[in-house]
Amino acid sequence: MPSFNFVLLTIVGTGVVTWLSRITPFVLLKKFQLSKGVVEFLSFVPIAIMSALWFENLFVQHIGHLPSIDWANLLASLPTVLSAVISKNLLVIVVVGVISLGVTRLMMGM
Amino acid sequence: MNGDLTVSAASKDTLPTVFGYIGIGVAFGIVGKAAGLSPLLVTLMSIITYAGSAQFVIVSMLVTHSPIFSIIFSVFLVNSRMILMSTTLASYFKRESMVKNILVGTLLTDESFALGMNKLNYSDNHLNFAWFNTANVISYMTWILSSLVGAVLGNFISNPEKFGLDFALVAMFIGLLYLQLISDKSINFNLQLIVVGFVLVAIYFGLIFIPSSLLILLVTLVACSFGVVMKHAFF
Repeated sequence: MPSFNFVLLTIVGTGVVTWLSRITPFVLLKKFQLSKGVVEFLSFVPIAIMSALWFENLFVQHIGHLPSIDWANLLASLPTVLSAVISKNLLVIVVVGVISLGVTRLMMGM
Repeated sequence: MNGDLTVSAASKDTLPTVFGYIGIGVAFGIVGKAAGLSPLLVTLMSIITYAGSAQFVIVSMLVTHSPIFSIIFSVFLVNSRMILMSTTLASYFKRESMVKNILVGTLLTDESFALGMNKLNYSDNHLNFAWFNTANVISYMTWILSSLVGAVLGNFISNPEKFGLDFALVAMFIGLLYLQLISDKSINFNLQLIVVGFVLVAIYFGLIFIPSSLLILLVTLVACSFGVVMKHAFF
């Protein structure tokens, strides 16, 4: 592990770029209006980002080859989706998800 | 979830996501400690960088002694999706002051964004500072405390994956995606399903040649364009 000062500098540097990504649109859009086309484009952001964040966890990347399937995460996703359909309650979904992955890993001997 | 945009409604709405932060935050603390970071640095990273999955990227790059600029650039790529989320969210805070806008942006996360988008379906398409800031601050405090606890626990536990806690975030995205699909009436349901299917295919093939740090952003941009084209062609 690098020195305390190097890590601290890294933390500050990554903090600044992350902060700028978060606030710049808020600052700019206070002054400018988005066109109708952009608003329509952005209306797809929530489902696209949420499904991308989920699906990325179902695969293991091997650059240059097709990804392999992360079976534990895929199997744990099934009861999680089912609990979403049945309960429509985020708390239930998260608890079912965590238990599902714990049980799946136990059964797969991981 | 209901239409109230008060502090107490926000606390109630945020509760389910708190478990996700605890799970991943504790896991991050343990991983950071195991990699050789002190509990102080683990906590400082959660306070200053505050970037969920990107913090795991930072730790792994620190371990391999990567140059500082490549770490910062990787984190920028991983978090560049924040630009899209802030842009989507900003239009709901136009009437609030600049300081409040910056505050909402400063503590914005994937989860508070997704939660806010869900809230819109109950609140007649409105959001306000009180509600969003409460959700943000609860998330921030939970994340900092959990990573500190994880770093301290790290002395006793070496393998946090055993407990399935790392799936809390994925489960949350599954839940928020499903709730969004069934409640967002502004886009045709079948069109939403088609976009989700498109994302699955794009992620699968994208993983062949695009580093995962960049993939989420690229797939989101392409999927949104695809959605707009499909909407005008068939819906």
